[in-house]
Amino acid sequence: MTRVYLDNAATTKVRAEVVEEMNKAFTIEYGNPSSIYEEGESAKALMIDARERIAKCLNASANEIFFTSCGSESDNWAIKGAALRYGDKKKKIIISAIEHHAILHTCDALAKQGFEIVKLPVDEYGVVSLDELKKNIDDNTLIVSIMYANNEIGTIQPVKEIANICKEHKVLFHTDAVQACGSVPVDVKDIGCDMLSLSGHKLNAPKGIGLLYIRKGLVINNLIDGGQQERGKRAGTENLPYILGLAKALELACQEMEETSARISDIRDTLIAEIEKEIPYCRLNGHRTQRLPGNVNFSFEFIEGESMLLFLNIKGFACSSGSACTSGSLDPSHVLLAIGLPHEIAHGSLRMSIGKFNTKEEVLSIVPVLKGIVQRLRDMSPLYEDFMNGRDFVQGKCALCD
Amino acid sequence: MYSAKVMDHFENPRNVGEIPDANGVGVVGNAKCGDIMKMYLKIENDVITDCKFKTFGCGSAIATSSMATELIIGKTIKEAMALTNKAVAEALDGLPPIKMHCSLLAEQAVKAALKDYYDKNGGIPEEYNDYFNVLDEDADEHEHGEEE
Repeated sequence: MTRVYLDNAATTKVRAEVVEEMNKAFTIEYGNPSSIYEEGESAKALMIDARERIAKCLNASANEIFFTSCGSESDNWAIKGAALRYGDKKKKIIISAIEHHAILHTCDALAKQGFEIVKLPVDEYGVVSLDELKKNIDDNTLIVSIMYANNEIGTIQPVKEIANICKEHKVLFHTDAVQACGSVPVDVKDIGCDMLSLSGHKLNAPKGIGLLYIRKGLVINNLIDGGQQERGKRAGTENLPYILGLAKALELACQEMEETSARISDIRDTLIAEIEKEIPYCRLNGHRTQRLPGNVNFSFEFIEGESMLLFLNIKGFACSSGSACTSGSLDPSHVLLAIGLPHEIAHGSLRMSIGKFNTKEEVLSIVPVLKGIVQRLRDMSPLYEDFMNGRDFVQGKCALCD
Repeated sequence: MYSAKVMDHFENPRNVGEIPDANGVGVVGNAKCGDIMKMYLKIENDVITDCKFKTFGCGSAIATSSMATELIIGKTIKEAMALTNKAVAEALDGLPPIKMHCSLLAEQAVKAALKDYYDKNGGIPEEYNDYFNVLDEDADEHEHGEEE
């Protein structure tokens, strides 16, 4: 059966051009960039070139780019590095309620060390409240970290405005741009952020490479002490193949962004319109326009997400859900709860994330399949039965949760 | 993640639906937690002659509901009362640890329907009371995801 991969927000396929670039560093340019002989020198030259090309894509300087192993590492380093450096004077960290777990759990860990964590609410579309930020930001605030775009519902945040508010108060601003980079233009100077996280595997580079942009002049604590790699801040022999892969992937994504973004946004909007037309009792989650080109997230009433995913998988589609059963915890996704969805609607969510390798035809082929699955699960659902009969929802006691 | 048997009962669930003249109906779980099971029983001369279910929930919630109906159809009330969540899980060739609570929900759904039957027919006989303790188990004893 042909498979349709619609989980590009989880990870992406590595581009052939990227693999080719990486192969060079595995088999030909395998020297250690720190070595002074020819093999090392040429590896170093490739690394310098890659760093410069990446910096250019983000409108940063090469010495502001620090390679890491992934987006989570970058997020951890940004927050903990700042907290450890400046935490003796300032104790408040402001984030949003819909941050990635790499930020949320980092802040949980810092809360145990005495930091005060403020989670800003978002509106029904997932846009963070600037008024709440203004209300909460103060002299005791160490750093604000708000994601550029949300991984589940795709909502793009007003990061420039947030950066301006932070500047007025002389507070550091970090943004997790893992979902945004490669999909929408990301310019660190235009945003005005102090730090920014990026991950390779969301933009057709491999898993295992990310970066943290740290604005020139800002000093945070070292992540790994050791050699002089990454200017001594993140020691360890550089992962040259992956660095070259990231440079190639980001460069291609930026060159093709206008065309790719237009094409994917068109598929997204058609998919949204088709689902709204074909399937009753559904709700689009996230903002209708301020949204990542490839993100579609719906809740379907009366049914649960994992069973939708299993049926979709059987039919050849790979998607994701924010239901409790797929999050591995008791509660459905914190993002869906933060935008005000009741638990039962949040359990019935489905995310379809479109990437550069998807065709419009294959993406839209999910609609009739999904329609059938939703109806089949509704026919099995006691909630739907009661709804159709005009009765109140049946509610049993959950001996496990109540 | 799931056994072939779980997937079979998920893809082709047995006994989905309602029984209009059911004489025992039980509902357990709630939408907030992400799973609800509704079990219908037709009981004649102490024998379960028919059983149907409706479930809102994940793959294993649907599979365990389906298996539970298969395990009790044709059985006497007493035999059905002896159904345990372990038996449901074993009949499905096991469940991932985090999904064991679905099998407990299936056991509870059967018992809630039997209780409803007894409530309409003179109450639960005293010697059977213990079989229904599972309906009062709370989160302290059975956390989601706990392996039994």
